[in-house]
Amino acid sequence: MELFANLAQGLGTAFSIWNLAYCLFGVILGTAIGVLPGLGPTATIAMLLPVTFGLPPESALIMLAGIYYGAQYGGSTTAILVNLPGESSSVVTALDGYQMARQGKAGRALATAAIGSFFAGTVATLLLALFAPPLADMALKFGPAEYFSLMVMGLVASIVLAQGSLLHALAMIVLGLLLGMVGTDVNSGVQRYTFDLPQLADGINFVIVAMGVFGLAEIISNLENEGTRSAMVKSVTGLMPTREDLRRIVGPVLRGTVLGSLLGILPGGGAMLSSFAAYSLEKKMSKHPEEFGKGAIEGVAGPESANNAGAQTSFIPMLTLGIPSNPVMALMIGAMIIQGIQPGPSVMTEQPALFWGIIVSMWIGNLFLLVLNLPLIGLWVKMISVPYHLLFPAILVFCAIGVFSLNNATFDVLLMAGFGLLGYVFRKVGCEPAPMLLGFILGPMMEENLRRAMLMGKGDPTVFVTRPISAVLLVVSLAMLVTVLAPSIRRKREEAFQE
Amino acid sequence: MTSLSRNPKDLLAGVLYLAFGLAGVWIARDYSMGTSSRMGAGYFPTVLGGMLILFGLLSVIRSFLVPGEAVGTVAWKGLALVVGATALFGVLLEPAGLVVSLLVLILLSASASRMFRFEWRAAVALVALVAFCVFVFVRGLGVPMPLFGSWFGG
Repeated sequence: MELFANLAQGLGTAFSIWNLAYCLFGVILGTAIGVLPGLGPTATIAMLLPVTFGLPPESALIMLAGIYYGAQYGGSTTAILVNLPGESSSVVTALDGYQMARQGKAGRALATAAIGSFFAGTVATLLLALFAPPLADMALKFGPAEYFSLMVMGLVASIVLAQGSLLHALAMIVLGLLLGMVGTDVNSGVQRYTFDLPQLADGINFVIVAMGVFGLAEIISNLENEGTRSAMVKSVTGLMPTREDLRRIVGPVLRGTVLGSLLGILPGGGAMLSSFAAYSLEKKMSKHPEEFGKGAIEGVAGPESANNAGAQTSFIPMLTLGIPSNPVMALMIGAMIIQGIQPGPSVMTEQPALFWGIIVSMWIGNLFLLVLNLPLIGLWVKMISVPYHLLFPAILVFCAIGVFSLNNATFDVLLMAGFGLLGYVFRKVGCEPAPMLLGFILGPMMEENLRRAMLMGKGDPTVFVTRPISAVLLVVSLAMLVTVLAPSIRRKREEAFQE
Repeated sequence: MTSLSRNPKDLLAGVLYLAFGLAGVWIARDYSMGTSSRMGAGYFPTVLGGMLILFGLLSVIRSFLVPGEAVGTVAWKGLALVVGATALFGVLLEPAGLVVSLLVLILLSASASRMFRFEWRAAVALVALVAFCVFVFVRGLGVPMPLFGSWFGG
């Protein structure tokens, strides 16, 4: 069984004492930052990225993955305890989780979230191990035309499945692509959009963009409605779910896992869509739909399993194709590039220890979450209680020093301030910054593949439709765009996001 | 803005797209276009800029047809203080050193909050945060930041 051989190799990497330590450290750090109200996983990862730059590649990625689950679990903790979902994927957890907490069942809700997440994480990790190799094999046969079309499909799918206005999402992607052009053109050596600044010759580091539009802009937005934040937490007791609880969550956990695993693979899907879909599914399946919103344990178990499964399987397109399906994966790709790894299907064959090590450490990270987070809940409660006005200057400090340490350049700090301003302005006019980050990461890759494909096709753009795989990918993208633009589906989509 | 358009958010977004798109195309006119089989440095950026201009126009036109929300209150104070404090940190780091620029960053940004007042808990947090940065980032991780910059003979 090749699967077991692969996993055994991964165990070898993941179980080195240092990698275990980095995984553990990542999970704890991620949870600690993730529980802080107002900091979602994207901002958390962007902020902690510089910490990992000094590490060897596999340790860095293992730690980042740990930070990701930690941040996500931390977000759920905050959602349950104080009804302040730090990120969109735990919005639905807050609905019933917070009600459970108000009824004195906070411990049971947290345990449910942990158990559901662990089960879903285990299944999704296995799925990842099973499906990554065939997908990577297929992707190895891809030429530049296929890659270009694949990226088009990824970008289109990410906006179709995401929230908000289609026009703005498209425009933000293109803006991101354009920003990705800043720097030296690899083919001609021409300096593009650098304004003769030597600091821009190597392009803009994606960490600067991410910290600016997610970190800084989020802080400014949070300051707008500061008065409404109150984070008073009662002490958490009774962590063990009852037998009745366990009986009730089996179904939701299983369904959430399946749903989340499927939706996580889709570009733009990932954790958020999974949790929303799982919640409405559980509500429809339940014999007591009226309990939902009033502390139904199913309403915690389903979405929590789904968002963890989705978080896990969203690594599949990232690791096998090198295509990010959400901003977190975009950050992961950026981290790989900084570590000198070109993301794509060759990672698995050229660096199997790294690839399988990451996969196995995902499962270990989930195990750490389960065994650590419940006992540490007292600490997390203390962290949640830190008032925001003491917290955000510290976040700014870490962002500023983190960005400085990328290249030891004060110019980058100024650039981050600029992106903070830009991010806030775009938020105010109703444009989500996430598509911009996806475009920014993909920009250079798209241009390179477009150039190569056109060179191979001797300048004839039909090369994208005469090659079958590329044609299929483009047709799928087009179909997705058309369905979203169709009025009836458009209304349904809006309704779905209203819920 | 409200009298001008039925959807100020779309209008402003469209204007922003137009500005970026036009700037993108304008600057890229200095780069060689090449041919479609051998694309020059200007090819892809010009296409992207053109698309952005198109989206900008669509957004502006739509803002006159489809009603939408107002932009809402802008947190000018928070915006200016958070962005300004961060930029000042960048400007001050080398001449004034880490300690001074951290104090500026923390105090300026903190004053953006309505809850800001200088009480003992905040003072302790301030000292602890500066000490943490000095020991962890400079001493521990070796980030090359002067503790006291050239202004203090550092």
